[in-house]
Amino acid sequence: MTTTHDAKLTSRVLWVDRFLTLIRITFIVVISVGLLAFVAQQINPQNPFAQWANPDATGLTAPQFKGLLVTGLAQGAMYGLIALGYSMVYGVLGFINFAHGEVFMVGAMSGMITSNKLADAGLWEDAFLLCLLFIVVTSILLSTATAVIMERVAYRPLRGAPRLIPLITSIGVSFFLQNLSVVLLGPGAKSYPTLPSWLSQKRSLVGFQIEGTKLLVLLTAAVSMAGLWFLVERTRTGKAMRAVAEDKEIAALMGIDVNRTIVKTFAVGGAMAGVAGILWGILFRSVIHTTGFLPGIKAFSAAVVGGIGNLGGAMAGGLSLGAAEATAPLVLLEPLGVDGVSQLRDAVAFAVLIFVLLVRPSGLFGERLSEDERA
Amino acid sequence: MTATANDASTFEAPGLDWRRQIRFSAIGALSCAFIALAGMPVGLDRRSIVYPVLSLGYLSLFWVPFVLASLAGSQVVLEGMGERERDTRDLAAGALVGLGSALGLVGLMILVKNFNLRDPLVNWSPQLLELLSFNRSTTLGMLLWVVLGTTLGLLGGAMHVVPAMVRAKILTVVLSVLIVSVLQTFLTDLLEGFRLEVFTDFIYYKRGGLEILGALLVAVLAIAIPLLVAGRIKGLRARVQKMPPDERSRVNLVLLGVGAALLLVLPFFLGKIANELLANVGLFVLLALGLNIVVGLAGILDLGYVAFFAVGGYTTAVLTSPNSPGFSPELPWPVALIVVVVLTGLVGLFIGAPVIRMRGDYLAIVTLGFGEIIRLLFLSDWLSGWFGGAQGITNIPGVDVGIGTVKGTDPRSVFLLVLVFCGIAIYVSWRLEHSRLGRAWMAIREDEDVAEAMGVNTTSTKLMAFVVGAVLASFSGAIFSAKVGSIFPTSFIMLVSIIILVVVIVGGMGNIAGVIVGAVVLIGVLGGPKQPGLLQELGQFKLLIYGALLVWMMLKRPEGLVPNVRRSRELHQEEFLQDAWLKGEIDEEDPS
Amino acid sequence: MNMLQILDLSVTFGGLHALRNLDFHVEEGEIVSVIGPNGAGKTTFFNMISGMVTPTSGEILFEGESLLNLDPSQVTERGIARTFQNVRLFANMTILENVMVAQHCRTHQKVFGALLQTKAFKSEEIAIREYGEEVLSFFGSRLIGYRLNQPASVLSYANRRRLEIARAMATRPRLLLLDEPVAGMNPRESAELTALIGRLRSEWGFTIVIIEHDMSVVRDVSDRVVVLDHGETIAQGSYDSVANDPKVVEAYLGRQVQDKNADEETSS
Ligand SMILES: Nc1ncnc2c1ncn2[C@@H]1O[C@H](COP(=O)(O)OP(=O)(O)OP(=O)(O)O)[C@@H](O)[C@H]1O
Ligand SMILES: [Mg+2]
Repeated sequence: MTTTHDAKLTSRVLWVDRFLTLIRITFIVVISVGLLAFVAQQINPQNPFAQWANPDATGLTAPQFKGLLVTGLAQGAMYGLIALGYSMVYGVLGFINFAHGEVFMVGAMSGMITSNKLADAGLWEDAFLLCLLFIVVTSILLSTATAVIMERVAYRPLRGAPRLIPLITSIGVSFFLQNLSVVLLGPGAKSYPTLPSWLSQKRSLVGFQIEGTKLLVLLTAAVSMAGLWFLVERTRTGKAMRAVAEDKEIAALMGIDVNRTIVKTFAVGGAMAGVAGILWGILFRSVIHTTGFLPGIKAFSAAVVGGIGNLGGAMAGGLSLGAAEATAPLVLLEPLGVDGVSQLRDAVAFAVLIFVLLVRPSGLFGERLSEDERA
Repeated sequence: MTATANDASTFEAPGLDWRRQIRFSAIGALSCAFIALAGMPVGLDRRSIVYPVLSLGYLSLFWVPFVLASLAGSQVVLEGMGERERDTRDLAAGALVGLGSALGLVGLMILVKNFNLRDPLVNWSPQLLELLSFNRSTTLGMLLWVVLGTTLGLLGGAMHVVPAMVRAKILTVVLSVLIVSVLQTFLTDLLEGFRLEVFTDFIYYKRGGLEILGALLVAVLAIAIPLLVAGRIKGLRARVQKMPPDERSRVNLVLLGVGAALLLVLPFFLGKIANELLANVGLFVLLALGLNIVVGLAGILDLGYVAFFAVGGYTTAVLTSPNSPGFSPELPWPVALIVVVVLTGLVGLFIGAPVIRMRGDYLAIVTLGFGEIIRLLFLSDWLSGWFGGAQGITNIPGVDVGIGTVKGTDPRSVFLLVLVFCGIAIYVSWRLEHSRLGRAWMAIREDEDVAEAMGVNTTSTKLMAFVVGAVLASFSGAIFSAKVGSIFPTSFIMLVSIIILVVVIVGGMGNIAGVIVGAVVLIGVLGGPKQPGLLQELGQFKLLIYGALLVWMMLKRPEGLVPNVRRSRELHQEEFLQDAWLKGEIDEEDPS
Repeated sequence: MNMLQILDLSVTFGGLHALRNLDFHVEEGEIVSVIGPNGAGKTTFFNMISGMVTPTSGEILFEGESLLNLDPSQVTERGIARTFQNVRLFANMTILENVMVAQHCRTHQKVFGALLQTKAFKSEEIAIREYGEEVLSFFGSRLIGYRLNQPASVLSYANRRRLEIARAMATRPRLLLLDEPVAGMNPRESAELTALIGRLRSEWGFTIVIIEHDMSVVRDVSDRVVVLDHGETIAQGSYDSVANDPKVVEAYLGRQVQDKNADEETSS
């Protein structure tokens, strides 16, 4: 029985693995050939290798490339802020809060409403920074409230249910919030008021030409990140969060109120999403009920890329994902002769997620999960 | 709301949890105000349920005090503890919850009258105020709401006070009126097929809804019919139950055959609209059965299921349409179907292989990613040479089946075709569930590590679930393509995956009958992502309801609407067990 | 010849050495008990044999062939089956289905057999059902009859443990690994199961490795006892020699030797 079986056995399991290896290799080959072709076309668009890959190769100028990179980083910072919420909730409760993208959308919507009201009152242009502060604060309040209510109504009753149950519930919540926005605020895109011209001007900074808005986005993200870091690493609340993430039962034995800590985790994640919502408004000046979906998925990818449960990783993951999705279409795909590359930006973001999960499922910077969530 | 809070403290009585009542009042108030602001009353006012007294719009508010009051009155009966006696206090509690809900609306009316928040809130409108005031003065409207809310709440509370028999009758009447009213299009169409328009003309109002007399008739029938036939059905069932097992299964088989035959002749008595509706429902039954294998049996949460639907649809389009931009062999549909099945199966393997080893929740997100990638690829300029990009592929011929052509303009034929494939899908699901593979899927769903340790190769078994699910979805895609005659990337958005998931979950995961019922009820009444259902007026509220339903199901009935056969079998066994034990047939040695 | 041979094997989790340079062997037809205080690494030892945990170094040979790099299902297919300390049945599947699914690696029918209801499919179905019932009836009338079609979740605790063993038996193993089979049973049930374990060898021909805290069971069933502590073998031999080994007593009771009965209490 043994000998005849063996050959079959080994081949049976290995084909999936072989296939996976093949996919990994394909990924790497595409990336390297794309990069080589890019380098080749940068040296000289008429270069035979670049011509072979893409007959219409033109090459990117340095300012173009830097522009892409800055755009990517600004968006990446926003993804990073959203990713923090995914990462913290996953760290503490061990499930993907699919509706977190909608918390971000609520933030963006709230910013749209308040900024338009302020613009109607004529304050927007005159006291822009004050107005900004105001819309950020209201957005934080609203999205925090959304996150906390969501936890109370939909997730708390499911604590201890099988893993996929809260995930499915959160899909429902996400769907509900999206359509809630449609019925309350109406379908169709809504826009933010125009930004003051001094803000959208380009400035040069260490060799980069950066638009003021993007600078503002990066700055806000950095400040929020610093605040979060302080909260998690330096305060009692943060300590409690880390303890609950490590082991809920033991944390409860140590006198930590687990429910409150979980609520706080949702609140903090919601606040970060609220900030990100405003950043979205400033960057794109338009918001619609589905605004939360793609950034949400991408932010989750960022959290995975950075190693889920790892806050610094989430931010770094966001930045790298933003940079990758902004540059990859033109740096990898265009040199390979793919048409209409900018349409494939979102596909690139998903491909990054798949690639990371195939090559390094625990993320680039390592995940931090508690015992039962690893199982 | 605060007013009710103060009132209640004076009621403080032992046995009834007044805080719970107050919480429910608050929930009622918020729900009512929210439903009004969501625009349901105004948006749904066009559709009557009972003309001219009750429209769907008002119904969207009326159910709140009634349902919440009866929910607030229900209590958990702990084992060994006696149930509290029901008395007039329950009525008062119900009335309180109803009043609370009404006060929510009253508050909203005051706000709408005095402030203008139309800018962000699109439904903050004079029409809303008018509707809420029953087209009279605002004050009178408020008064009416207080009376109505309290009465409805009182009735809700009364549900716990009246005997169970009466309660059951009331519920039957209310539900029958609702159902018959909702089924208007369908029933009219059906009875027209039998030349019985007289009946529907009598009960229905032309522009939607039952006439008052019609509603009364339905109510009378709802009470009378069960009284007339209940005894006989019970007798028949008892007879079948007494038969020996193989004879019983023969009876079941005959019943199944009769049911199938009825379904097959049904489309010939239906008109275009009803057939179209049933064809759409059938397509979703097919999709849901496929997803049920993946999610319900094998426990793999695939959020990108629409990808297989898309691949099936596009492959059919490319292979059969003369307008296919790249490669256009113009194969006949049945030949194309074979290619479609093989190809979709391969795509299932291709998508499945990289994700199959991932943690369940990562897998969900990654499959969602694959679903989007596939749609984006069909949409992209890069591949538009094959798939037509945003312009899609048009001019897809119908299915030539010898005696005629199945195409979208003839929904009857589409429905018949869908029915055949549903039959195939049901057979496949049923046979696989009770096979080596099906048991392995269930074992993986229960505990993947243990299944692996018990000798189940989880990787290939899970992949098999992916492939079977993909193939079933490809059937649906192929029919969809031929039915619509053209295909665009917008038909394959993520929404489709989610709606199929809701159908599977609402029906009951892993339960074939449940999934079918789920699809018929949800797609039939509410409608699919693009397809209208019986309540076309729901329009933009449809998706909101789907989302709320999904959350509610997960919280309250994760096992689905239709009780699992397994579970009812278990209950049945328990009774049987007790009987046997009482008779001393089983010697219990261990304390179970 | 040794049926199972483990050579210089180590397992680490992060920095924790769960098993350290372990050597172990089982001969065909033996019943070997593995004992040791909580956290000694006994369950890890089973996990490692059944392929659920990959060793950091060392070699596992089953009937002369290496088990390293095999998936758990392949290990089961080679003829090693196990039970779980914290009973892990397929709770929503019926009792019969639990033992039927365990025969997965001994059967071959695929999709088409099931769809076309081929002769081969039907006869295989009948065969696994009959074998499943045979395995279940090993435990007397507790798991058969009206119970066959009940979900496993309705069983009493002791019956769940029995079903765990039945499920492992249904994989048609030659080596059976039992992880604390009598934990949570009352003395009568535990004595009964002890007798059954003896019959598992004599009637079914299984070679058995058993982890057990209950010393009376260990004494009654085992040919040989291996004592683990902190991932290392600290003693092995017959029950009597091991029970009186000072190192073992120390491992269980700490340095100050006190009441000897205390080792019974570790089973709680
Ligand atoms: N997957 C894992 N990851 C990290 N540490 C583990 C893992 N599994 C076991 N351990 C650790 O390895 C050590 C040995 O555990 P094991 O379960 O093998 O003990 P045991 O002898 O079976 O104990 P008991 O008598 O309580 O069943 C313990 O310290 C445990 O915490
Ligand atoms: Mg153990």
